[in-house]
Amino acid sequence: MAVERAAAPLATLAASGAVARRQAVSRGSRYVLLGATLIGVAVLLFLGYETVDQGWSRLSIDFLTNYPSRFADRAGLRSSILGTVWVLSLTIVLAIPVAIGTAIWMEEFAPRNKLLALVQLNLANLAGVPSIIYGILGLAVFVRFLDLGPSILAGALTLTLMILPMTVIASQEAIRQVPSSIREGALALGSTRWQMVRYHVLPGAMPGIMTALILAISRAAGETAALIMIGAFTFIAFDNTSVQDDFTTVPVQIYNWTIRPQEAFRQNAAAAIIVLMVAILTMNLAAAIIRERFRRP
Amino acid sequence: MMETTPRRRAPTADDLRRRPMRHLNERLIELALAACATVSLVTTVAIVFVLFSETATFFQEVSFQDFFLETEWQPLFNPVSFGIWELVAGTVNVVIWSLVFALPVGLAAAIYLSEYAHPNTRRILKPVLEALAGVPTVVYAYFALTVVTQDILIPLAGEDDAIFGDRISFFNSLGASLMLAVMILPTIASISEDAMANVPRDLREAAYGLGATRLEVATRVVLPAALSGVVAAVLLAIARVVGETMIVAIAAGSTPNLTLSPLESIQTMTGYMLQVGLGDAARGTVDYQSLFAVGAVLFVMTLALNIGAQVLVNRFREVYE
Repeated sequence: MAVERAAAPLATLAASGAVARRQAVSRGSRYVLLGATLIGVAVLLFLGYETVDQGWSRLSIDFLTNYPSRFADRAGLRSSILGTVWVLSLTIVLAIPVAIGTAIWMEEFAPRNKLLALVQLNLANLAGVPSIIYGILGLAVFVRFLDLGPSILAGALTLTLMILPMTVIASQEAIRQVPSSIREGALALGSTRWQMVRYHVLPGAMPGIMTALILAISRAAGETAALIMIGAFTFIAFDNTSVQDDFTTVPVQIYNWTIRPQEAFRQNAAAAIIVLMVAILTMNLAAAIIRERFRRP
Repeated sequence: MMETTPRRRAPTADDLRRRPMRHLNERLIELALAACATVSLVTTVAIVFVLFSETATFFQEVSFQDFFLETEWQPLFNPVSFGIWELVAGTVNVVIWSLVFALPVGLAAAIYLSEYAHPNTRRILKPVLEALAGVPTVVYAYFALTVVTQDILIPLAGEDDAIFGDRISFFNSLGASLMLAVMILPTIASISEDAMANVPRDLREAAYGLGATRLEVATRVVLPAALSGVVAAVLLAIARVVGETMIVAIAAGSTPNLTLSPLESIQTMTGYMLQVGLGDAARGTVDYQSLFAVGAVLFVMTLALNIGAQVLVNRFREVYE
């Protein structure tokens, strides 16, 4: 018997009994686990299909250019799209200098001490604060205490504080990617610290910073709870012309239409979701393209 | 001696650094940058100050015992009652039910991506999975109410239903939890996968050498070795569910309810906060202050979860790096 075994060529060695069972279970597990992974993808596709199915017929130029209305078939996204564009533009203007400034200070200027560690820890924790907390902060400080009212300015300030932590953390990551030889070269040639940052570090880190910023803005574009808290859940039937105007945004309008019982408003909500998702996916795609294009070899 | 007179000495770095204008500019820029960095510190101070000063006034109206020992949350009708537990129960309810769905699926996805998938497959699947995290939560809320509850759960729980036993409420925690599960799926899968990918190769190879199958290596070697990272992922996912507002406000109802049943209408802490925010509560009223009291509880809970996750992630890094 022992002779028989030894004679068998290696290639035909096959397990039997318990070992075979274990191997079969392991082989089968691949498909079970793959199935679980694909659940997420399937849900994404299913939801996309449902939305387009529900909302596609409502999409038209009129839907984009009409003010909201109590008649579902006349209601449109005009004021909410304008409000979104106003609030996000102002958020970008406010967030860019503060976020980049913070990241530069932390990476290039700050002394490596306890204070810096505190700032870093604080950022990590702020990034985990729920958006509705930023909402009540905005309500108490910007809307009530500074008396800005439920205005575009109050909304943009709230969103700026909300996206600041994640923008700073990702920008720091981008700045760290710039090789230190570039810094040393600039300093050796007599640059001041700021000249080194301005002409050598920032240009190298810019693609990463832009990616971080675009992703943060796409997060802000979908934010609903914080803006409802500061009072963006209102009926707006005029075009915004200043940062002191009241406003509403597309996600808030989606909320408004979703909670109404009539089926026709649900279709409006689905159509508005298509508009919002196209905008957000475009931003994410832009971020991905920038990241790939400038990827370091 | 000639060489030692200051005038003829070549300028040293110290001299250059003392050039007045250049020095001033640099200082101003550095100050401006440092000022930017203080914004985040000021934000934290402002959040803590606002939450706790309004909460302090709230506790002048409502006693500590009522808030923490009463079980009924009834702020709008007389006799008013401010027992936080019904809202906490609502939050715990959606945390439990969303984890029931998201934890097995998320872990399976993490194991597949880390231990089974070809690198090319992973490069495609992981970003697609992470795209689920970029969907605005109001969109998930729409689906929770219309697709999950109306089109799936309510027909399933028809008159003589076999699955749910009792009829399901139109606003229910199950519909919200299912969509919350989809929302946190990328958090659990992606962070757990990172942790598993960090487990050293030698551990796997030793197990394979002893005759373990792929599944056994994944579940008995890699998963235990990556456990602190996995737990951190789950804590972060819980923090996201606790802080999520739109899905629960739209789909889970607005009935404070001391239950863990997935079929009933409930109200979470965030759901209550949004309800007050919609009502435009006047400043100085108990309603307005209760917003901050509930917010303070929410803030402390999410902070504890986030810090717990950070501690675990740091410990994990120490072990393997």
